[in-house]
Amino acid sequence: MLQPIDVDRIRKDFPILQRTVRDNRPLVYLDSGATSQKPMAVLDAERAFYETSNAGVHRGAHQLAEEATDAYEGARATIAGFVGAQPAELVFTKNATESLNLAAYAFSNATAKAVHAPDSVDRRFVLSPGDSIVVTQMEHHANLVPWQEACAKTGATLRWIGLTDEGRLDLEALDSVIDETTRVVSVVHQSNILGTINPVQAIMGRAHEVGALGVVDACQSIPHMPVDVHDLGADLVAWSGHKMLGPTGIGLLWGRSEVLQAMPPFVSGGSMIETVFMEHSTYAEPPKRFEAGTPMVAQSVGLAAAVRYLDDLGMDAVAAHEHDLTGYALGQLEELRGVRIIGPRDNVDRGSAVSFVVDGLHPHDVGQFLDDKGVAVRVGHHCAWPTCRRFGVPATTRISPYIYNDRADIDIAMEGIMAAQKFFGV
Amino acid sequence: MNVEALYQDIILDHYKHPRGRQLLADPAGESHQVNPTCGDEVTVQVGLDSDGHLLVGYEGQGCSISQASASVMSELVAGFDPAQGDDARRAFVELMHSKGAAEPDEDVLGDAVAFVGVAKYPARIKCALLPWMALQDAEAKAGIGIAQEGTSTS
Ligand SMILES: Cc1ncc(COP(=O)(O)O)c(C=O)c1O
Repeated sequence: MLQPIDVDRIRKDFPILQRTVRDNRPLVYLDSGATSQKPMAVLDAERAFYETSNAGVHRGAHQLAEEATDAYEGARATIAGFVGAQPAELVFTKNATESLNLAAYAFSNATAKAVHAPDSVDRRFVLSPGDSIVVTQMEHHANLVPWQEACAKTGATLRWIGLTDEGRLDLEALDSVIDETTRVVSVVHQSNILGTINPVQAIMGRAHEVGALGVVDACQSIPHMPVDVHDLGADLVAWSGHKMLGPTGIGLLWGRSEVLQAMPPFVSGGSMIETVFMEHSTYAEPPKRFEAGTPMVAQSVGLAAAVRYLDDLGMDAVAAHEHDLTGYALGQLEELRGVRIIGPRDNVDRGSAVSFVVDGLHPHDVGQFLDDKGVAVRVGHHCAWPTCRRFGVPATTRISPYIYNDRADIDIAMEGIMAAQKFFGV
Repeated sequence: MNVEALYQDIILDHYKHPRGRQLLADPAGESHQVNPTCGDEVTVQVGLDSDGHLLVGYEGQGCSISQASASVMSELVAGFDPAQGDDARRAFVELMHSKGAAEPDEDVLGDAVAFVGVAKYPARIKCALLPWMALQDAEAKAGIGIAQEGTSTS
């Protein structure tokens, strides 16, 4: 039996939600798609680590170093368990952007190495002109620009799956866009701008059919719904800690162990080596191969606490709560005159990021009126500029509720939109 | 400070009824500026008339603050000599960085004094400055006002 989300109780766990903004208005935080707020449990865990166990990990012969290493590797196990993964398959990075770069650089680095040391690389990562890389037209820049760069370095061609007017992927083109030339397919699970939840299993299936590797950007799905990385059918899955109640400064890359094994390092230096000579070095096994330098230990501890917090709520309950809020927000927006939703209007295969434009008003001006009511939303192109262009809008306003929001928060946002319309006389 | 103080009537008026919003027939310099965080865009063109006074043309799309600022700017500086235009630009930049504490000089800034409230909203300062940055860049490309720039310390 699903235990419903108790918003009033949850809010008490988030100190920032107790503050006021702009002339003493209670904060209505509807910008969790950008970053989520953090509960006490996460703040306490980081602080406790610094107060009791802080030390370098995987080195040093003292008790604190042992405790810090346990905390770091324990966090890895907790976070891996949350997405159905093995700890050895989970790489800590700075954020999802770095995780996606790690994936893209595996290709450009292997391609560069193949010129001088062909035996040192796995051919799956070597690209040449004639090869293609496939993304979609709803990618966050973090899952677009690194692949453009990989193409520029290797001569491969970037292709993309286009969008329907409803904000869904145009899957009729799937088999022609992903073909025998395709070497890697990287797609977003849930769009941060449109809210669309994509059928990544089918897309990954098609990628594997043509022998391509599959990458999923799960930045906006893992914080909001139950996700087992194996179910996605991908080879690599990237996401960030800060959007799921965790601290900033920590991201994740899950990889099938066989694929991680085959990938060359990204950032190199200390901690990621096996042996080092003046002439050359050999590298540690994954995940350490991809964790050069002193890692983000306290952040990993904080993120493990965030994962426990979400686990206690239950991700099914989180998803059900957001589904309700999404349906409510879509309905309320449809009621408003002059408001157009950018993204799916039906609450099916859809997450809680809801973008819209208001006739005659620029999103910046809408956002300003929401801010005046204490409502925090994101305005702009949401790091998905080509997606905005696809829908013929320079920018949108986006509300993105989470576990600490309720229908009353959506109502206040609607009041803000109407206030802006009234003020500008549109 | 509330939102109405940000959007003064002058700003709304210029937003709804932009002045001189068109490009020049024969510009000496042009600059296209984009605010990459929100996608606001403005193109400013400049030239000099036979008396050495500024000609200004522009077009753009974006929020009320950026577009009103372009309109106010073009109305203000068109007809100025380049040095006067520079003075106005410096005064406007200073106003934007004043955190709302400045007493803007209407003799120098004209309608642009209405943007004083913008300085209290850091996220909007860039919007207001966008056309002025385009003006500066367009003048530099046209070789207008370079002598003044060279001796300036701002
Ligand atoms: C879908 C998606 N991908 C990637 C990112 C990049 O995440 P980060 O900025 O944490 O690296 C984001 C965050 O905005 C996102 O929403």
